[in-house]
Amino acid sequence: MKQAAAVSKVAAKEVDNGHRRRLFYDRCGRCFFIAAAALMTIVIFAIIFFVGKQGLQTFAVVSPLEFFFSGQWDPLAGKYGALFFILGSFWSTLLAILIGAPVGLMGAIFMAKVAPKGLQAVMRPAIDIYAAIPSVVYGYTGLVVLVPFLRETFGSATGFGVLAAALVLSLMVLPTIIAISMDAIQAVEPSMEEASLALGATWWQTVWHVVLPAAAPGILTAVVLAMARAIGETMAVQMLIGNTPQLITSLFTPTATLTSNIVVEMGNTPFGSVWGNALFLMAFVLLLLSLAMMLLVRRIGKRRVT
Amino acid sequence: MDTKVQNQAAIGVLWLAGLSILGLLVVFLGYILYKGLPILSLAFVLGKSSDMMAGGGVGAQWFNSFYMLAISLGISLPVALGAGIYLAEYAKETKLTKCIRLSVESLATVPSIVLGLFGMILFVHVMDLGFSIIGGALTLVLLNLPLLVRVTEEAIRTVPKSYKEASLALGATKLQTVLRVILPEALPGIITGITLTAGRALGETAILIFTAGTTVSRHMFDFDVMAGGETLAVHLWYLMSTGLVPDRELIADGIGALLILTILIGNILLMLPVKLWLKQRGR
Repeated sequence: MKQAAAVSKVAAKEVDNGHRRRLFYDRCGRCFFIAAAALMTIVIFAIIFFVGKQGLQTFAVVSPLEFFFSGQWDPLAGKYGALFFILGSFWSTLLAILIGAPVGLMGAIFMAKVAPKGLQAVMRPAIDIYAAIPSVVYGYTGLVVLVPFLRETFGSATGFGVLAAALVLSLMVLPTIIAISMDAIQAVEPSMEEASLALGATWWQTVWHVVLPAAAPGILTAVVLAMARAIGETMAVQMLIGNTPQLITSLFTPTATLTSNIVVEMGNTPFGSVWGNALFLMAFVLLLLSLAMMLLVRRIGKRRVT
Repeated sequence: MDTKVQNQAAIGVLWLAGLSILGLLVVFLGYILYKGLPILSLAFVLGKSSDMMAGGGVGAQWFNSFYMLAISLGISLPVALGAGIYLAEYAKETKLTKCIRLSVESLATVPSIVLGLFGMILFVHVMDLGFSIIGGALTLVLLNLPLLVRVTEEAIRTVPKSYKEASLALGATKLQTVLRVILPEALPGIITGITLTAGRALGETAILIFTAGTTVSRHMFDFDVMAGGETLAVHLWYLMSTGLVPDRELIADGIGALLILTILIGNILLMLPVKLWLKQRGR
């Protein structure tokens, strides 16, 4: 009797120890998960801090007015006007979206509503492949195919310029636009569509007047994310834009963007020089622009159509 | 215009758009493979690159691409899994959680050139690692993290709640439940995410130029993490912007095809077991 009680007591203690150990592991796991999650916040703040600190040092030498509103970029002569880079980024992004968004949206409607099942099964992975092609490969193919083509067809001097960059960029933003707008279109309540069709509207009238407006926040999200991708895209743009900072007067003016100029010049500048810092400031401007677009996307996402 | 005609026209235009998108991809891939495949030989894929002479290979760059991918995934996976698990399983809707979610989204939108410059400040200069494999790999981690966190969280959310409840009701701790019940169920989704991330990291260039550099070690297949870390994609860019070799376009064609093939075959190899596993379980 006594022995049995002692055994069970030992057993209970063992169970207790085992349980305590598992609870300890449980707490450790929880701490690790929280730490991992908190690291995300630390990383983004570190990026803003380090890039911002390095970039903002430029303003000790160069006035913000000159940096943002002068087009004279001649670091050897102490001129740091980044206006043409900003304009270059702006125009190539805008043009890429103007071409890519309508095509992508049509592709999304096609895949969500028109394409037969078999074709859908082919197109989904195809869109993933669009996204998986490395940007240097886009850039290189643009360089050896598109640039000579533009040169010969339109008789421009070089073929480099905003148009070449924007055409390739529009391909690169396609997967973003298609994937997100397709999700938005598919999420529209079927009953709304049915109601419209039952009222005698044609299929296209239904899509145009019912489905697309209901999916509008999602489509807008897709467009803004595509813009963020286009403005930050570096390699393909650098290979196609011509890399000459000057005012854009035509689609074929070789120019430069914020990203392309960083890649071209960063290798030649000593770290910590005014020139180097000015390039970091360009990166900081890009960072702020992308973050602003992300916040805009969150705003749009919160709006729900009723 | 008659609405019926309009309807037919719209459908026609949509077909045209859809098929052009598909056709363009086929032409694009076909062109790259047509130009590049004849160049892919063992000597090219495994050979040493040359600075001046024609006939160089890309062996060291190819190796670097994989080596840096492996290091960066090795670092980012545990962290991303941890953060994803936290967001999906532990987080209550507090200010902290909102802040973390916002951070992940912000990190995902940072342009890769900005990540590259950040890596250049922190890893290359502050930590004094120089242009090296480890510097590049650590910066790649920043690119991988937000993608992996997002897919982990999404994959975990698809696991039925009843699994978790059953495990907890049997007396398992939360950690046991997460590691033995939820993670295995979420694995297919997570592997899909890893494949996409790996593809992006393999083709990434802007991040690596100023962190891993544009040189490779003199030795072939050098595992030294302080060696120069030029990858395939960076080599392609370097050849076209400053390369001196006379056959640079041929090499670039070869790299294009090799990159695309590596990414596509890598995708298939990783996704095949997942598909089979799902089929076996009858889902």
